[in-house]
Amino acid sequence: MFTGATLAVSAVLFAIGTIGVLLRRNAIVIFMCVELMLNAVNLTFVAFAERLGVAGQIFVFFVMAVAAAEAAVGLAIILAVYRHKETVDLQHINLLKG
Amino acid sequence: MPSILAVVYWAFAGLAVIASAMCITRRNPLASALWLVQTLFCVAVLFTILHAPFIGVLQVLVYAGAIMVLFLFVIMLLNLGRASGDLKGLVASAVATVLGIGLLLDLRPISHAGPPDAIVLPAGALDSMLVHQGVVGSVAGPLFDTYLVPFEITSLLLTAAIVGAVVLAKRKL
Repeated sequence: MFTGATLAVSAVLFAIGTIGVLLRRNAIVIFMCVELMLNAVNLTFVAFAERLGVAGQIFVFFVMAVAAAEAAVGLAIILAVYRHKETVDLQHINLLKG
Repeated sequence: MPSILAVVYWAFAGLAVIASAMCITRRNPLASALWLVQTLFCVAVLFTILHAPFIGVLQVLVYAGAIMVLFLFVIMLLNLGRASGDLKGLVASAVATVLGIGLLLDLRPISHAGPPDAIVLPAGALDSMLVHQGVVGSVAGPLFDTYLVPFEITSLLLTAAIVGAVVLAKRKL
């Protein structure tokens, strides 16, 4: 019933998430913006699941599992970086810069 | 006269967009996290309206409940609550906004790209499935049948993630 509208909303949420990734310097907030983008994609899956059957909802389930794993490992990495550099500001984390 | 469902749908869709915009513009990471929780709740309502009530419940339990608590925990552990100067400068912000709007224009065709009619379910098919198999059953059936192997691989992934997080977080093994 709301397929087109939902796809539009999810596109807007995805774009906002992308802007957030480009806009912020705090690694944790950038991470939260990535979660927002994952959620926008989940919304697309559910919108298509309404027309094409429950397989889309099961993919949302898998995306959530991957997001949980990603959050656990990513936040552990951020903690390890913070112990090393005393900051989570990505401007100051530039080990690869020559 | 729009139906009450459409009114609720557009209210929560609008709230989700506003809350996500607040999430990326607040300077305080804690405020960002709480606005993101607000967005996740609104998207959960949209899931429920789109005949996926179980996914909506999972969204609240797993995303808003577990993942965001993990984020808040790390923000508080690192004492980032008063961090300032988190947003980039004016030029970078303008570039980010332009790129974001460009992405939105790229994604615009998706909203009227429907699937071919031959594979679309008849109207009300998902509704009757929810009634006959139950809210959980309609998702659990295919999950433990067609998608059993991916489901087991997911458990392997979660175990690997737990081991990885512990190894990263420990100073000495």
